[in-house]
Amino acid sequence: MAELSDTPAHTPAALRFLKQTANTLLSLLITFTGLLAVTFVIARIVPIDPVMSIIGERATDVQIAAVRAKLGLDDPLWQQFAIYVNDVFHGDLGLSIRTRDPVLSEIGRYFPATLELSTLGILIGILIGIPAGVLGATKPGSFRDQIVRLIGLMGYSMPVFWLGLMGLLLFYGHLGWVGGPGRLDSVYDMMYDMKVTPITHMILIDTALAGEWDMFRNALSHIILPASILGYLSMAYISRMTRSFMMNELGQEYITTARVKGMPERRVIWVHAMRNVAVPLITVIALSYANLLEGAVLTETIFAWPGLGRYITDALLVADMPAVLGGTIVVGAVYIGINMFSDFLYRLADPRAK
Amino acid sequence: MTFLPFARKAGAATLAALLLGAAPGALLAATPADTLVIAAAIDDIVSLDPAEAYEFSGLDVVNNTYDSLVEMDPVTLTPIPGLAESWTVADDGVTYSFKMKAGLTFSSGNPVRAEDAAYSLKRAIKLNKTPAFILNQFGWTADNVDSMITAKDDTLTLVVSKPFAPTFLYNCLTAGVANIVDEVTVSAHDVGGDMGNEWLKNNSAGTGAYTLKSYKPNEGVILEMRPGYWRGDAKIKNIFIQHIPEAATERLQLEKGDIDVARALTPTDIAGLTGNKDVAIQQDVGGQVYYLAFNQKNENYKNAKFLDAMRWAIDYQGMADTIMKGAVIPHQSFLPQGYLGALDDLPYKLDIEKAKALLAESGIKDPKVSLSVRNAADRMDVAQSIQNTFGQAGITVELKVGEGAEQLKDYRARLHDATLQTWGPDYPDPNTNSSTFAENPDNSDAAKATGYLAWRNAYDPGAMTAASQAAVMERDPDKRKAMYEEIEKTHRDTSPFILMFQQARNTGLRTTVKDFYTGGAVDLGASYWLATK
Repeated sequence: MAELSDTPAHTPAALRFLKQTANTLLSLLITFTGLLAVTFVIARIVPIDPVMSIIGERATDVQIAAVRAKLGLDDPLWQQFAIYVNDVFHGDLGLSIRTRDPVLSEIGRYFPATLELSTLGILIGILIGIPAGVLGATKPGSFRDQIVRLIGLMGYSMPVFWLGLMGLLLFYGHLGWVGGPGRLDSVYDMMYDMKVTPITHMILIDTALAGEWDMFRNALSHIILPASILGYLSMAYISRMTRSFMMNELGQEYITTARVKGMPERRVIWVHAMRNVAVPLITVIALSYANLLEGAVLTETIFAWPGLGRYITDALLVADMPAVLGGTIVVGAVYIGINMFSDFLYRLADPRAK
Repeated sequence: MTFLPFARKAGAATLAALLLGAAPGALLAATPADTLVIAAAIDDIVSLDPAEAYEFSGLDVVNNTYDSLVEMDPVTLTPIPGLAESWTVADDGVTYSFKMKAGLTFSSGNPVRAEDAAYSLKRAIKLNKTPAFILNQFGWTADNVDSMITAKDDTLTLVVSKPFAPTFLYNCLTAGVANIVDEVTVSAHDVGGDMGNEWLKNNSAGTGAYTLKSYKPNEGVILEMRPGYWRGDAKIKNIFIQHIPEAATERLQLEKGDIDVARALTPTDIAGLTGNKDVAIQQDVGGQVYYLAFNQKNENYKNAKFLDAMRWAIDYQGMADTIMKGAVIPHQSFLPQGYLGALDDLPYKLDIEKAKALLAESGIKDPKVSLSVRNAADRMDVAQSIQNTFGQAGITVELKVGEGAEQLKDYRARLHDATLQTWGPDYPDPNTNSSTFAENPDNSDAAKATGYLAWRNAYDPGAMTAASQAAVMERDPDKRKAMYEEIEKTHRDTSPFILMFQQARNTGLRTTVKDFYTGGAVDLGASYWLATK
């Protein structure tokens, strides 16, 4: 939104705000409709017949035709799309073909699990990634820089399912430090509905709100490994980018000036340089976070985590297109949301963007 | 280096958070003593309403929450009296009377009446969900069922359209769709005339050893034992079925003791678990059969010698032992082991010389087979083995690999040349496979009889159609058995089908778990109430 600063100074503030809001809404609408259209078309051209996947091998042609008609698959494609878009804008994502439950309520159950996992993951990524990147940037080429880069490179190149399985084998299987797959031990899982009222559907928050601290600790022991693995992946990216941004900043004249003035090195790095590194870093973190939200499918499968990624994949395999579309829309909306939020932070962090 | 303290602090805080979360997790590794924790892939569940459940995982649950008039004994796998104490068939051969057991109650506390039984069967017909066809076979439709299924006092009367073999009806009554629901409770949850269908997705209203406590799609099912079960109280109070589709994860949890039973293990995991003294592998068979089918639109496949040559050019035992690693056993007739009249002998084996000689006799020069295979690893391995041994015998095989549902579409439209497929029985009676493999009343394209595998392969089984139709009417069980054996022999030696394997099931159990019954090939659901740990 930086270009909005070009708006002539005499425009009243209220009008400028309106224009800005309208612009945002319009671009949102276009992005969203485009997302819907692309997903819808892809969903229709994949060679999986939703009817065959829900009806048995024994079904007669008459039964198949009846189901096709019921699902509206015989209408022209544009008409199916128009109905769908209309429904979506009325907050109706349709019914899942397989479970016949509203897709919106299913996503309401699965998405918080993903959100919780990814948020913890990105926090771990930030907490370790930024210091590690700074560590490398302050002494490029040194031994510790090599170590940071090596660890980063491993995070880039190791397949996440392998990392997940090995992590499980070591920390859960051999060492017994963390809980296994799933969100809770089975003993807690069974009591969960009786003891905890789902408010946010995020297990750490809901158990804390209910004051079930044993359950909270158990949930933490289950989430920590998958979150650390996601955290490791984003850490690899964040530390690399931090390192390069920081190296760039440390070569600037204002840094030299600060150092010459006798400012403590800690202050030079964490206050002066970091302020400028933070601006591009926000975008990096936002992108990384969005990636975790949509890309945690394999982690969710290995850790039996009932999240959105697995929901979409399972739905795709049985051609449950309302569920696939609904999931994609939510991921898209979140992506857009995160981008808008990072724009907002960007403006806060960079006075020039105001 | 002055920023290091900060990094150190952050690192220490992270580590502390890790350990805080980790410590209690390590203490609670074992499963609760009063709960059997089962890991399985349960994403196939569509509904837990017995009138609709028709998938493996759904039927497992239904089998433990409901009972039918005739039950399958989980240990002997033979039909036994269920909610009906006894039954008779009138001389007309179409009127059956079932006398209900006295003093039984549903989980709601309501008594089990003949009216409930009548309501349940009629309900399944009227709802007309996928498994309704099992009951439709007896001539029951939404229009006539009110007069054909009636209840008076403690007796349920069923009138069927033809004098079928009584065993056919009894076997079909053991299927999930024939389970008895509590009319009073279910009717109270009717929404818009759905006869409680929506409500029963997440609740149970049966007589089973367990009641459904909770069902979360793709997450888990919790069952709670109810005291006073007519077959004796369940030994374990709670059953917790967790959705864990990833086999390697299941294996790890089984080794750790976080689950008691693992039901989605692959042969690789089974091999890895042997030698672990805390884990036992229980082997039994499932109902699925693996077969090759050849479309007789291609004239080559009408040549008896050529078909015979192919039967001798398959390494049945070798594939079962190596590629499939114990996930199947060789089986060469269309009725799975355990079914009335199933043939378990294996007359065919790999004999390349014999195959070559038969091919020469057939008069077909350089035959080519285009084999459709779905893109799953085990199917591909089997297809490649066949390609190899057929090649040695002088038959060129071209593999057409594709997505399963797409190939099924071609198969149903008779567009394939040859295909590698599996078939699972729909209900525990030989008619389920006999009717589809050995019957084809109208072989014309216009008939579109896609439900018959014989039709899909443009195969006219000749006299076998009538023989199979007669077998389903035969009232003497011994004669009926002999009739199926005869049909299977003819089918095995003359049809364009080559039956190769039957599914074998490997269940991983903690050694403390005893008496866990999967239902084998015949009972289409597992039985939990006998299990102990």
